[in-house]
Amino acid sequence: MQLLFLLEQVVNGLVLGGYYLLIALGLSLIFSVGGVVNLAHGAFYALGAYASLEIAKFLGFGPAVALSPVAVGLLGILFERFFLRRFYTADPILGLLVTFGLAMIAEQAIRMIWGAAPLPASMPQALKGSVILGDFLFSRYRLLLIAIVAVVLTGIWLLLNKTSFGRVVRAGIQRPDMVAALGIRLQPYMTTIVVLGVAMAALGGALFAPIALVYPAMGAEIITVAFVVVVIGGLGSFWGVVLAALLVGVVRGVTINFVPAAGEASIYILMFLVLLFRPRGLLGERIEKFE
Amino acid sequence: MGEETKDVAASAGRRKVLKAGATMAGALALGFPAIVRSQSDKIKIGHLTPLTGFLGALGQYAVLGIRMAEEEINAAGGVMGRQIELVSEDSVNPTTAATKAQRMYEQDRVALLLGEINSASAKTIMQVAARNKRFFLSTGARSDVLRSADCNRYTFHMDIPVTVMVNAEGQGLEREGLVKGRQVFYLTSDYLFGHDLAKAAKSFMAEHGATTVGDELCATDVTDFSPYLLKIRQAKPTLVATNLGGNQVTNFVKQYAEFGLPYAIAGFNLNTADAWAAGPGNLSGIWPTVWHHHIDTPGTKAFVAAFMKKHGKPPENHAWIEYVSLKVLAQAMNEIKSSDNDKLIAHLEKQPQFDLLKPRKGYFRSWDHQMQQEAYTFTVKKPGTYKEAWDFLAFSAPIPRADQPLELLSPTKAQSECKM
Repeated sequence: MQLLFLLEQVVNGLVLGGYYLLIALGLSLIFSVGGVVNLAHGAFYALGAYASLEIAKFLGFGPAVALSPVAVGLLGILFERFFLRRFYTADPILGLLVTFGLAMIAEQAIRMIWGAAPLPASMPQALKGSVILGDFLFSRYRLLLIAIVAVVLTGIWLLLNKTSFGRVVRAGIQRPDMVAALGIRLQPYMTTIVVLGVAMAALGGALFAPIALVYPAMGAEIITVAFVVVVIGGLGSFWGVVLAALLVGVVRGVTINFVPAAGEASIYILMFLVLLFRPRGLLGERIEKFE
Repeated sequence: MGEETKDVAASAGRRKVLKAGATMAGALALGFPAIVRSQSDKIKIGHLTPLTGFLGALGQYAVLGIRMAEEEINAAGGVMGRQIELVSEDSVNPTTAATKAQRMYEQDRVALLLGEINSASAKTIMQVAARNKRFFLSTGARSDVLRSADCNRYTFHMDIPVTVMVNAEGQGLEREGLVKGRQVFYLTSDYLFGHDLAKAAKSFMAEHGATTVGDELCATDVTDFSPYLLKIRQAKPTLVATNLGGNQVTNFVKQYAEFGLPYAIAGFNLNTADAWAAGPGNLSGIWPTVWHHHIDTPGTKAFVAAFMKKHGKPPENHAWIEYVSLKVLAQAMNEIKSSDNDKLIAHLEKQPQFDLLKPRKGYFRSWDHQMQQEAYTFTVKKPGTYKEAWDFLAFSAPIPRADQPLELLSPTKAQSECKM
């Protein structure tokens, strides 16, 4: 029986990991192509949640979840054009400082527009409740969430690995100089990746709004976990991030099963151990320009 | 991106990026400073409250409340004919709170200090107040131990302590038949207030015939409760009782509704703002509170109307408590015509009565400096029986009843460990 409970926590942890993945993958992608750790990533997550609430007032829950990433993605174009683009070739610390500052500005802006108090957000009644598959209890909503994550993940993987677009991006990650020598402008590819990354974060925000708090600091909260996931997985590695997100979810769930009070700390202990024994992260690739 | 990318980035390296990134992600998590201050030589009043973190939203309400009191007091002629000037800052965490309190007493030369919601931060400020022999009114911290073993001569307590919340909530639960014979699963915030609340709650429930089937702690930064929900399901309780702090309750309640677990839910702490944030479709159960915006007194009506006009939303309990706290202090200083801290303490210990915008007036009990006042419980109205988004809570009559002594729910002198 105890084993079954543990297994249930493992499965639940995988589901949660899938959700972390949505945020962390974008962070990792933007880092691989631009070399900027986008600390403003959490802000796009928060904006996604707030935008979905605004859209839901007029169009309902479903369209809000679909349109909020689009709206925030458009914002991502401006973000890339006017901020990120200036820092691809600069000292990485400058990119960190600028995105850190933007995160603060975004949080205060949200506070000024929507107020400091958390906003109520609900899912449609039909999505509430849980289903029991075998001996496991699943929240119906989270099953939907994980299905969406799987679709997005597959889409991104196909885009990066099976299209000519992806070939240029991957080449650009490894040898931007060679790509330039072949006469290909990397700029539009960068913009697209940034837009995809922030749209994923916004989707995460929109999806998590009904089950977590929608409040100004939600972005700062998620960026910490997302960053931990990316570091564990290895900056820039697609499968590393996938593996790390699931691992973080499972480790957290299993820890809570045995020592509930240590649930949050377990994530950071995991990061510590990984960095101690494998500083590059679990599947961190060797990217020439960062070595 | 070209050749220069490679060179610059190569010199910086992945390690540096990681290190700097970790530092800054950490700084983001700690929260941004929100400093509000001005200067002049009026009577300075120091105010500390958390504006970030899991109590930040409540602290923002507290600031709105105290700013309104400041304006009204100054418009009415100030204190002893002098204008007051509020120095209000984010207390951030217990360590920073203590540092800021010391600075406010010493460098900002505030006449006195008030504020706080976080019990752990209130505790460190209380120590600073005692060390400096200066006055501190702890407004929103509810931990029992602050007014019991940790009490000191220089600190007064405005909010209802944990014991009162538990006793008020317990009465409500008993009315609904949710105590006797119930198998209870407790979920508790892992910090001073949560521990205190859990201790009082468990002793009340045990005394009244409930048993414990689960008892778990969770860190204050937990946002996903799904692993806990699975544990609750394993334990199969007949009542889930939460001892959570701040916006954690909102998260938990939303996810409890998400999973749709069939067990009755109640809690010994839920602030009105967090209840509003949970939304009508998600919240259920019985909860305690110290004040609500539907209280039928002229004072509450005037306060709510002025607040609504200014901020477009009703005040919740922390806006109220900061508002009445500053009013109480202004009244006390006007009565003794002094801001001298020792005189103020001596005056308050004579148990003068203060209007708290509730049916009955309140007073600070002389031996533990705890404000004696009415409390309430609330449940959730059925869908369709309310209009405004913040009207879905149904509040009880004041507890204790008008014919019962105000101190009924408070710990007695024999139960308290307070020695000044």
